[in-house]
Amino acid sequence: MSTHTNPAVAATSFKGSGARKKRRTPEDGGHPAWGIAAWAVGLLFAAPVLFMVLTSFHSETDAATNPPSVLAPLTLDGYRSFFAGQPWPPLINSLTASVVSTLLVLVLAVPAAYALSIKPVQKWTDVLFFFLSTKFLPIVAGLLPLYLFANSIGVLDNITFLVLLYTSMNLPIAVWMMRSFLAEVPVEMMEAAQLDGAGLITMLRSVVAPVALPGIAATSLICFIFSWNELLLARTLTSTVASTSPVFLTSFATSQGLFLAQVCAAAVVISLPVLAAGFAAQDKLVQGLSLGAVK
Amino acid sequence: MTTATPAASELTPEQRTTYQAPQGQAARDRREARRRRIPLLPALVFTIAATQLPFLATIVISFMDYRALRPDQRGFTGFDNYVQVFTNPAIRGAVVTTILLTATVVIVSLVLGTAIALLLDRRFIGRGAVRTMMIAPFLVVPVAAALLWKHGILNSGYGLLNGVLTWIWGIFGSDSPPQPAWLTDYPLLSIELSLIWQWTPFMMLILLAGLQSKPGDVVEAARMDGAGSWQIFRYITFPHLRRYLELGGLLGSIYIVQAFDSVFIITAGALGTANLPYTIYATFFQQQNYGLASAQGVVVVIGTIIIATFALRTVSSLFDEETGR
Repeated sequence: MSTHTNPAVAATSFKGSGARKKRRTPEDGGHPAWGIAAWAVGLLFAAPVLFMVLTSFHSETDAATNPPSVLAPLTLDGYRSFFAGQPWPPLINSLTASVVSTLLVLVLAVPAAYALSIKPVQKWTDVLFFFLSTKFLPIVAGLLPLYLFANSIGVLDNITFLVLLYTSMNLPIAVWMMRSFLAEVPVEMMEAAQLDGAGLITMLRSVVAPVALPGIAATSLICFIFSWNELLLARTLTSTVASTSPVFLTSFATSQGLFLAQVCAAAVVISLPVLAAGFAAQDKLVQGLSLGAVK
Repeated sequence: MTTATPAASELTPEQRTTYQAPQGQAARDRREARRRRIPLLPALVFTIAATQLPFLATIVISFMDYRALRPDQRGFTGFDNYVQVFTNPAIRGAVVTTILLTATVVIVSLVLGTAIALLLDRRFIGRGAVRTMMIAPFLVVPVAAALLWKHGILNSGYGLLNGVLTWIWGIFGSDSPPQPAWLTDYPLLSIELSLIWQWTPFMMLILLAGLQSKPGDVVEAARMDGAGSWQIFRYITFPHLRRYLELGGLLGSIYIVQAFDSVFIITAGALGTANLPYTIYATFFQQQNYGLASAQGVVVVIGTIIIATFALRTVSSLFDEETGR
């Protein structure tokens, strides 16, 4: 793909291989105060998360003190009351919606990315930017027709309909991410393999897969996170049968007496899959969120 | 595929690599182009059907008097809904709130994100651990984050923020610390705080990626020539970061203009915090005035297109450099 041979251009390019080879080592430490400042800022940002986890293990009375009782005894009561509130159906719905939509996204996005990188169609950049532009359309602007449509064909409160919508929501991101991965497949090697008489399957396995598989993993994690987090569509289009975890969480919006430990337990349980996926895909996170523009 | 001319398909590979009649070549090119399009089509058709058709329907409904509660009155009314969008003070208030909320969150997150990225770009003990801690806020499910801020942090009675104020005042021997009722006295600030907390890590990640792609030899050369830290930042680092700042700002704007979860949870649109997404949701769900909700949606889309045009241009300039065109 890359046609630039001038090393100066490569060095300043956004994510060209040249820039990465020349990646500078981190700035030398300098004064230790900078390290201390960085730790302080990191702890400040992590503090609400740490507070959430700690409070989820406190009793309701210990959770509602001012100042907070950090050293209060730990208990699982918050989790017990959360799981007593029937959270399993929404958790399973969320898991279904996220996993199935992610699989559908991959089935559609991988061939599309192939047609935009390895064997590009004419005007492939226009197609790529069309995908990106759909991501800029606010979901709220299409909400009403989706509701009316779902209502008229009887798929309100139906997890399959939600799966299809999540697929369309994540497809542009996946196409962009997969394209940027597949663009790194060595086309010369593919052509050489072809000349040697290698079949399509052999070629996919030996040349394309090593580059594409990490990309597929990163893309899946990003799509999973976005589907798992989604509220507006789920809130509008589901009610009792197909409601997802974020919809379940909205029932905690109004105060119900002493319930902070339970709220924190709920927030921890429902955020856990995203935290796990996000920490696993830490390096790819920024790429997915910037729609593949930053690697 | 099916309309390929026999002349092209009957050729053996050897013949194809030798001389081709101009017409046969053109047909072969067309066939090849069509073959290349096949893997793309399912994704393209699905995306058009799922994103463009609903929006077209929204445009049609926006010119209708369409209320769920009065089905007998349904019909086209021209620009009535749009007149209402631009004259209704509540909706104009929502426009102002949306702009204020988006601008505040994006600018503050960008400034904090840049500062933190500069800190994290240095070498210090536990750099990876601090980076992981910094990302954590972004990985809390948005609804959960809004609940955490509403009940756990900003609650005036037992929230963490007022608790910390009690602690600090206690250290200095005071038993009357300030205990603001954040959610009711500063409702918009409450939403902004929770969003800034979630979005600063996003900006930090983009800018850190920018800093780490900065060619190191230029900085070294400048240092050799006696440039100070501020000069290096001002004349080398900042110009290099500019496009990453633009990218972060534009993507942040597009995501935060659509912010619904935090408004819905923290204030439920009360006390002047209803932004456009929340207002549309309320017009649609509570008033069940479908025509008006659609007109509001169209206005949001036009606003987003204005931001998106700039965003697309930025992404496209980054993209051109990457592909070396």
